[in-house]
Amino acid sequence: MKAARLSVIAGVALVGLTLAGCTGGGGSGSGSGGGDAGANTDSKGPITYVQGKDNSNVVRPLIAKWNAAHPNEKVTFKEQTDQADQQHDDLVQHFQAKDPNYDVVDVDVVWTGEFAAKGWLQPLTGTFKMDNSALLAPTVKSGTYNGTQYAAPQTSDGGILYYRKDLVPTPPKTWDELLKDCSVAQAKGIGCYAGQFAQYEGLTVNVAEAINTNGGTIVGSDGKKVTVDSSEAKAGLSRLVDGFKNGQIPKEAITYQEEQGRQSFEAGKLMFLRNWPYVYNLAKTDGSSVVKDTFGIAPLPGISADKPGVSSLGGHNAAISVYSKHKATAFAFLKFLQTEETQKFFVTQGSLAPVVSSLYDDASLNSKLPYLTTLKTSIENAVPRPVSPFYPAITKAVQDNAYAALKGDKTVDQALKDMASAISTASAG
Amino acid sequence: MTTVAGPATATAEAGALPRTRNRNRSHARIRNAGIRTGVQAIVIVLWCLLPFYWMIVTSFRDVGFTNDNTPWFTHVTWDNYVTALSTNLGNHLGQALLNSLFIGICVTVISLVVGIFASYALARLDFRFKGIVLGVILAASMFPGVALITPLFQLFTNIGWMGTYQALIIPEISFALPLTVYTLNSFFREMPWDLEEAARIDGCTQAQAFRKIILPLAAPAVFTTAILAFISSWNEFLISSQLSSDATQPVTVAIASFTGSQPHQEPYTAIMAAGTIVTVPLIILVLIFQRRIVAGLTAGGVKG
Amino acid sequence: MSTSNVVAPSSTTTGTNGRPPLRAGAKRQRAQQSRWALYLILPTLVLLAVVIGYPVVSAIVMSFQKDAGLDPATGLFVQGGFAGFQNYAHWLFQQCMGPNGSTISCPPGNLGSGFWNAVFVTFFFTVTTVILETGLGLWFALIMNRAFRGRGFVRAAILIPWAIPTAVTAKLWFFIFSFAGVANAILSTHILWTSDEWASRLAAIIADTWKTTPFMALLILAGLQIIPEDVYEAAKVDGASTWQRFWRVTMPLLKPALMVAILFRVLDALRIYDLPQILTGGGGGTGHATTTLSILVVDQIRQGFNSAAALSTITFIIIFLIAFIFVRILGTNVVRTQETQQKGAK
Repeated sequence: MKAARLSVIAGVALVGLTLAGCTGGGGSGSGSGGGDAGANTDSKGPITYVQGKDNSNVVRPLIAKWNAAHPNEKVTFKEQTDQADQQHDDLVQHFQAKDPNYDVVDVDVVWTGEFAAKGWLQPLTGTFKMDNSALLAPTVKSGTYNGTQYAAPQTSDGGILYYRKDLVPTPPKTWDELLKDCSVAQAKGIGCYAGQFAQYEGLTVNVAEAINTNGGTIVGSDGKKVTVDSSEAKAGLSRLVDGFKNGQIPKEAITYQEEQGRQSFEAGKLMFLRNWPYVYNLAKTDGSSVVKDTFGIAPLPGISADKPGVSSLGGHNAAISVYSKHKATAFAFLKFLQTEETQKFFVTQGSLAPVVSSLYDDASLNSKLPYLTTLKTSIENAVPRPVSPFYPAITKAVQDNAYAALKGDKTVDQALKDMASAISTASAG
Repeated sequence: MTTVAGPATATAEAGALPRTRNRNRSHARIRNAGIRTGVQAIVIVLWCLLPFYWMIVTSFRDVGFTNDNTPWFTHVTWDNYVTALSTNLGNHLGQALLNSLFIGICVTVISLVVGIFASYALARLDFRFKGIVLGVILAASMFPGVALITPLFQLFTNIGWMGTYQALIIPEISFALPLTVYTLNSFFREMPWDLEEAARIDGCTQAQAFRKIILPLAAPAVFTTAILAFISSWNEFLISSQLSSDATQPVTVAIASFTGSQPHQEPYTAIMAAGTIVTVPLIILVLIFQRRIVAGLTAGGVKG
Repeated sequence: MSTSNVVAPSSTTTGTNGRPPLRAGAKRQRAQQSRWALYLILPTLVLLAVVIGYPVVSAIVMSFQKDAGLDPATGLFVQGGFAGFQNYAHWLFQQCMGPNGSTISCPPGNLGSGFWNAVFVTFFFTVTTVILETGLGLWFALIMNRAFRGRGFVRAAILIPWAIPTAVTAKLWFFIFSFAGVANAILSTHILWTSDEWASRLAAIIADTWKTTPFMALLILAGLQIIPEDVYEAAKVDGASTWQRFWRVTMPLLKPALMVAILFRVLDALRIYDLPQILTGGGGGTGHATTTLSILVVDQIRQGFNSAAALSTITFIIIFLIAFIFVRILGTNVVRTQETQQKGAK
């Protein structure tokens, strides 16, 4: 029997090796791509634009408009699912396979470092240099890796504070003021503050915000030097940990993603909620929302009254694949996405935050999206999450240790120490 | 359910004297057995259907009241079903349903045919390395499926099969094969040799004996394996999400694309509606075929 | 009650007068059968070799390569070189690269530190879900096997949990087990189902058992079909009670099908990914209460494929060993030679 078992392994290996030889031995795992940055820089022709689920039907009309104006450079829309992880993996698979069919890709702000370092994105320099003067600065930062821009911002997002204006007429400008306001919530028997604290990317967003608001950083500007083990970071993370310990953050908030927090706020069970702007419309229109007319919005609270809190930058950028065959068209499409007309359409049709800063002062847009001014403050003060090629490992390190700290299983000191250690092992490879 | 064969009848007659009392007692026993079975059946049905019931209730609930916990239907609306089936935002659940059906049928038929061949050979034919072959087939079920995706993606891109139906069907057949082969193998092994011997004596070839005698007797196993293969193909998500295109995506991928009108919004009610829509064809399939999975050995066998 | 009257069908019908012993022409017959066997089995082997064999071998080859490292000058990734057993040491012994090139123990937050926990979680899930699903599946199958009015409906109802796509089931249970969901409402509790260590494991077990019991029930039901009625009748007439009939008649005859069902369920449970991922994201407790080996693999794929290939290979070996033990010790008897089969041995 033992011999039979060993022969099993040998048999499988033999057959497989033969096939491996026949099909030219698969991909190079996580090896480097690129080297094609110089190819096809002048050629025009039809391209494909890849994006995750188009929630509010903005992309198709835009593409139709482009196709009408450019009949020889038509854009085809390839739509992925709405799960960020699946979108990421889909892009990785196609890039590893050097697929020329993906010309312009929509990249989440946190993927820039990883994709750029793997040589998959066309550097936006030289003939591809973009004019970023009209854009909000943090959004451009999120598309820049190692001093070179690789992705062009197209939509943005920032965290804002939702508050119950019937309970707290003026929103708190600092975290200490917020903690003082918690006595009102306690008297009413509802939770005081919640964000996103379940163990997923949203936790990294919230923890990064807490750390950055106190002046700390997670990694240095090169994306490698680990800076999270600092007193500022400790102060930031401790605010959240103490919030849980002292009951200002309800214990169920440890299971909250965006939707759970929104539901709790709409049911009147929460006084302050940190969430993305999408909650605004839903809280106003949901049948079950009891806070339709009693909630307001404000920038995130900071540490001192003169500086608002720091939000993590959300949003999406557009980038050109190095394997594209029609990069000139791709570049033109990138610029099309940043024109004022397109950006306005993002706002009116999709309720998506624009990256062109002048639009935030536009009166008609402000009437359409009442949170636009608050959002502008949020984005102007936003800090992108670490732009690093090792972002998946960094976010895992942050999530795991912060989660343990929030649950009280670790001290903040230990959590930050482990976080720093885990991040450094990731980037040491 | 009351067929009685040779030796049993004799013993029964021998002990039949206090017949009326026994009959009443046995009637009572049958009645109680009926009630006992009935109660157990009800408990089982409740266990299986209550979460499904909750899924249906949620699917008919207005999306603004997603988190309402009222156990019965409230805020009833067809909106979620309309959303699920609409093709406005590039969703095409109807097309996805047809894709899943097509892929499922192909996978089931092919894996049954291939599996029957292999399991018959393993059960009835005489050759060396049987143990190794069985071991290799079992080993195919031991590797984490999640790690197969990247190499398969590379392979299918290299041979130009990305986004085709065969890119989904071939892997799913391979996933279904080990269980198919093993289940059918364990059935064919239990089949008595005499049946084939008798058929051969009557002039059938081995293949004919197999087709006419063994296969009908193995019908429960064949239909069971068919249902399992079909459902596992229906359920498959990981490979399909990577290897399918818009035209060929099955329902699992289509549902994963459901999103609210806003980023971050998770339209549970629409997802539940889509889930219900997607389960109905399977329920119909099972209702049609459920008798076949309990066929029994009363048809034409050789009794000792 | 003596069981000598109750005889299994195979031994009655094959008995001691099985096939006649191999004669002179038997060798030729054997060669002919070998050829036939080759034709019949080849499609299966080819399909498995292409779809599973090739990726497995490719993964094993890649597991001995280093993941791409960052070239500090350009900031771009470059091919890692040969890694030897470094990737395996990373997982089995939690060895990580320290800041100045030294080897340190992998800190929490690095995936390597979660290996043994994932092994424990995977084993725990497998043991509990397989035991529950086998017991419940047996019960369901016995009921489905009986004749009563409405049995078609019951059979369809039993299959529904298995028929709903896994992603939808997982979302449904995520919804049920959310803090403000219907589970807490009905039980009047405030359990953090997706966050407490044991509550999250229980949630995953409940969801998986609900979903997968029909699979076991169906396989066991098929196994019950091969037991003819007269065997039961004979036992009943001999005075065997229901319980005795079950243990002395049903179970031995059911054993082959039951063992196949349990074996495959064990193999599937050891590779479980979808359900815990969507239900809890692998979190709970200090953050890893429901992280199975497959979840760890997927997380690692995002950080470096070669290391993930090593982890997949380790998982493969673990599962292989468990299947080996299962077959050996529990006598699944999946490989019986022709001779013992013909002799009617049991």
